Amino acid sequence: MSADLLTVSPSPHIHTDLTVPQIMRGVIIAMIPALLFSVYNFGLGAVYVTLLAILFCVVIEYAIARYLLKRPASIYDGSAIITGMLLAFNVPTNLPWHIILIGSAVAIGIGKMSFGGLGNNPFNPALVGRVFLLLSFPVEMTSWPKAGATWSLDAVTSATPLGILKDGLRAGDTVPELMNQMPSYTDFFFGLQGGSLGEMSAFAILLGLIYMLYRKIITWHIPVSMLATILLMTGIFWLIDPTRFANPVFHLLTGGIMLGAVFMATDYVTSPFTHRGMIIFGVGIGVLTVVIRLFGSYPEGVSFAILIMNAFVPLINSYAKQPRYGSKSQRHKAYQEKLEKEVKATP
Amino acid sequence: MAMRLHKHKTFKTGGIHPHDNKLSAQVAITPLPLPKMVTIPIIQHIGAPAKIVVNRGDMVKTGQIIATHEGFVSSNIHASVSGRVGVIEEVMDSTGFKHMAITIRVKGDDWEETIDRSDTLIEEIKLTPKEIVSRIMEAGVVGMGGAAFPSHVKLSVPEGKHVDHLLINGVECEPYLTADHRVMLEKPKEIIVGIKILMKALGVQKTIIGIEYNKADAIEIFQQLLKNEKHIGVEALEVQYPQGGEKQLIQALLNREVPSGGLPADVGVIVHNVGTTFAVYEAVQKNKPLLERVVTVTGKSVKQPSNFLVRIGTPVIDLLIAAGGVPEDTGKIVSGGPMMGKAIADLDVPVAKGTSGILLIPKDEASRSETYNCVHCGKCIEACPMGLEPYRLLIMSKKGNSQRAKEEHILDCIECGSCSFVCPSNRPILDYIRLGKTQLKKQKSV
Ligand code: SF4
Ligand code: SF4
Repeated sequence: MSADLLTVSPSPHIHTDLTVPQIMRGVIIAMIPALLFSVYNFGLGAVYVTLLAILFCVVIEYAIARYLLKRPASIYDGSAIITGMLLAFNVPTNLPWHIILIGSAVAIGIGKMSFGGLGNNPFNPALVGRVFLLLSFPVEMTSWPKAGATWSLDAVTSATPLGILKDGLRAGDTVPELMNQMPSYTDFFFGLQGGSLGEMSAFAILLGLIYMLYRKIITWHIPVSMLATILLMTGIFWLIDPTRFANPVFHLLTGGIMLGAVFMATDYVTSPFTHRGMIIFGVGIGVLTVVIRLFGSYPEGVSFAILIMNAFVPLINSYAKQPRYGSKSQRHKAYQEKLEKEVKATP
Repeated sequence: MAMRLHKHKTFKTGGIHPHDNKLSAQVAITPLPLPKMVTIPIIQHIGAPAKIVVNRGDMVKTGQIIATHEGFVSSNIHASVSGRVGVIEEVMDSTGFKHMAITIRVKGDDWEETIDRSDTLIEEIKLTPKEIVSRIMEAGVVGMGGAAFPSHVKLSVPEGKHVDHLLINGVECEPYLTADHRVMLEKPKEIIVGIKILMKALGVQKTIIGIEYNKADAIEIFQQLLKNEKHIGVEALEVQYPQGGEKQLIQALLNREVPSGGLPADVGVIVHNVGTTFAVYEAVQKNKPLLERVVTVTGKSVKQPSNFLVRIGTPVIDLLIAAGGVPEDTGKIVSGGPMMGKAIADLDVPVAKGTSGILLIPKDEASRSETYNCVHCGKCIEACPMGLEPYRLLIMSKKGNSQRAKEEHILDCIECGSCSFVCPSNRPILDYIRLGKTQLKKQKSV
């Protein structure tokens, strides 16, 4: 063979298998248990909403990249599919198609492509889409179908546990009274309750978490610090007054906390780089979520909490640096110099 | 593979786990047949090039000096074969730069009489510390782990610094390479004498040999031989790249951190590689200059992955032929390991003192794949053994803002390549960091 055919490039000459498309595929696989549970839970509506959201997101991203930005299509990295899935996970399964279309357009168009596409967006695109819909279509976004698989698209709607709690407390009921109207904890854990499509089953979401940790797609720092903060804070309030505040397990298992901790807050692009930063970020989301849930006017607070913390990420990144090799010895050196000066100064 | 009953020591910051692919670990070292001609570059070390002291047409013996060191940080070069000196001209070496080199057309194998070529182990160390250092310098010994820093310089501890530990680097953390592993298996007694020589020269009381636990057989041999030695210990280390980096090894074994811009001696440590330690033994006890070394020839499609004892200056093509030829699918040839080695363009490149291996990479792994935007995954930060923020250094170097990069400690980067290895977006992080460093150096010299 001729030597001119050899590649000459700088080191390193090997590369990890975990590339961006691989990671995106991993995240999609991790979301599948939650999707399956929601199909079991809500039936055809879950499939319909998810497929529509994915389709709209991918088509919109393709169109914006090709015809507006005149760049090569950026859909092959798989991130638009994830945005579509996450958006679907955050809405009721009886959402009309035109609202899904608007949500997808906002998520991809405003949330992602207007900042320059994958890697440049400061806010989680799916959450941008969700919050936009929540503000624009409050009624459609909060009428959830009842749990129990139906294979037709028009389902009976019901309130979510968090909604029951918030409204009940406002009406003057106490927490123990309200708890009697709720499904059991096992139902909570496996997701047999009303609510958004993919947020229901803590169990299915935990399976996804384990898979992503195992594949080294994410680290434990964000989910654990966020969940621990919520557990701790709601625990303290519950101990102070169990008639006004629900117990921490109820909080963890209801609403979007598990979904947020595992799939939304861990989004690489909109979370900090370092482990230290991730912990600050997770704790911040936890605190904000609890404050909004307990004292805000919305029953749920995870989406807002994540979006607010997204805005702080650049600040966290410049503050929470990695401990550098040798910084320990530098401290040591400064200490020694100080000692020396002191010795010299004493007559 | 060793049973892992407890967690082994390792460095604390960063680190990655590439597949180790030690294909030639079970293959004994075999001497490569004498080449027809050698090309010996006069710079094979960090520092000033050596000064040529032979002329075209001269007859030289194996082991004869052909270029002498110029200044302190420099190294002697010896004839690795006997024969007639041919052209002395600039050639491309494995680093891709042109340097003066001396060619010798091989005639017979006629050694300098002062060199002891027997296999007898000589344990008694007769020389004084000063004599040891000058013998090592005369013999042209340089670091054989890849950096090729002249060994005598490391043995001259600067005024005011106190060294309490000698560390021997038997880590060999680069995937594929097995040269150090084989030397440890086949020459352990000589290495131990080499360690004692170094200890005497440095005046230190304590030595630790660090070996990754994927070389359990080597660890066992040393534990056996050192049972009754109080001052020399062996430590099994976690398999984690770049454990063999000097700074990482010091952190792993002693939990000390060399300050930014400092030397191991600043924290009381001197590190030598096992291959170098063997060369020190040969130089001091056998009067043999550094004129040959063990080179691993390996790769997934190489017919016979091998460890050869090779005369310095032998063209790479000779090694490849001895390992069963160049496979059809070869896309890249690397001198050194896959993480830090240099790709070579030419099969006539000669083996130098720092050449630890020749790695053949198949075509489908030879070129880089598609890059994406930075997805802020933080994996490069997690991987960096120096605790730097590689993604930031890339951005700054790309913008030409080398001053900011300096504040972010770009000069601490040991160019281990871990950041580029892990980046899921395939970003050429280390390429830009090198660029940033060059920009800084240019600014300094203006
Ligand atoms: S090449 Fe430099 S920046 Fe990259 S991981 Fe290694 S030391 Fe860190
Ligand atoms: S590893 Fe690559 S994609 Fe991840 S943060 Fe570093 S530069 Fe960005």
